[in-house]
Amino acid sequence: MDASQIIFGLTALLIIFSALRVVTTRNMVHAALWLIVTLLGVTVLYALLQANFLAVVQVVVYVGAIAILFIFAIMLTRREMRDGGPQLNKGWPLAALISLAVFGGLLALLYNAPVSERLAASLEGQDTLGALGQALVSPDAYVLPFEVASVLLLAALIGAVYVALNKKQESDK
Amino acid sequence: MLLEYIAIGVLLFLATAVAAIAIFLGELFGPKRKSDKKAQPYESGMLPIGPGTRRMPVRFYLIAVLFILFDIEIVFFLPWAVVFRQLGLFGLIEMIIFIGILLVGYIYAWKKGALEWE
Repeated sequence: MDASQIIFGLTALLIIFSALRVVTTRNMVHAALWLIVTLLGVTVLYALLQANFLAVVQVVVYVGAIAILFIFAIMLTRREMRDGGPQLNKGWPLAALISLAVFGGLLALLYNAPVSERLAASLEGQDTLGALGQALVSPDAYVLPFEVASVLLLAALIGAVYVALNKKQESDK
Repeated sequence: MLLEYIAIGVLLFLATAVAAIAIFLGELFGPKRKSDKKAQPYESGMLPIGPGTRRMPVRFYLIAVLFILFDIEIVFFLPWAVVFRQLGLFGLIEMIIFIGILLVGYIYAWKKGALEWE
């Protein structure tokens, strides 16, 4: 086992633990903070996979922006910050069974897959960011998704402004 | 390449260690006589009324959403900017289209007063 495998193991444990805490903790703000730990763990995984740009984006967008959005959303809710209700509903044994079946299926699939032959070439020393920039605007690659993304962002922007600043809704309250 | 991340790892470790040591020392040396009165939130000497949390204005949420959107915009800029010179005029025009579409939303948010804090 080399260093990167040890780091991967520790990170995976941290991610699983914090993800479990997100759903089991009763304090919503604590859940949001555990979610930040989970997202930071995923950042480490990206770095281990030598996806540098993705790691930075993960920190900037997910940890930096989406976690803040979650915390603001919690602050907006009228409900109590603490939840005293039951954390399991009636269907949990069935859900656990299905989850275990899916997990077993994935595990079997991974064991039988010819992983060693299909491993991607190492990205060591390659200009991945430059290649991404080329692909983003090249007509053969992602130029259409790139321009469509701007329309998506525009829709989200106008939608957010419309929903938040609708004067009629405010006077109804 | 992983070696380049060691600096970040050391920083993470030191930050965690300093925080943990500070909490641990406080726990170790501080007197611990807890009472209900001490656990109350401090409210300028008054008796606290109601829950400590209250609903925030929706503008906080709006600012967060706008922040995410422009954040993602910057994420698109970065790989483009790195190879800007190789891409030439074609890449520039595509980015102008991209920004132009988003500019509509920006002007809309501006005109609606979403960028102002009353």
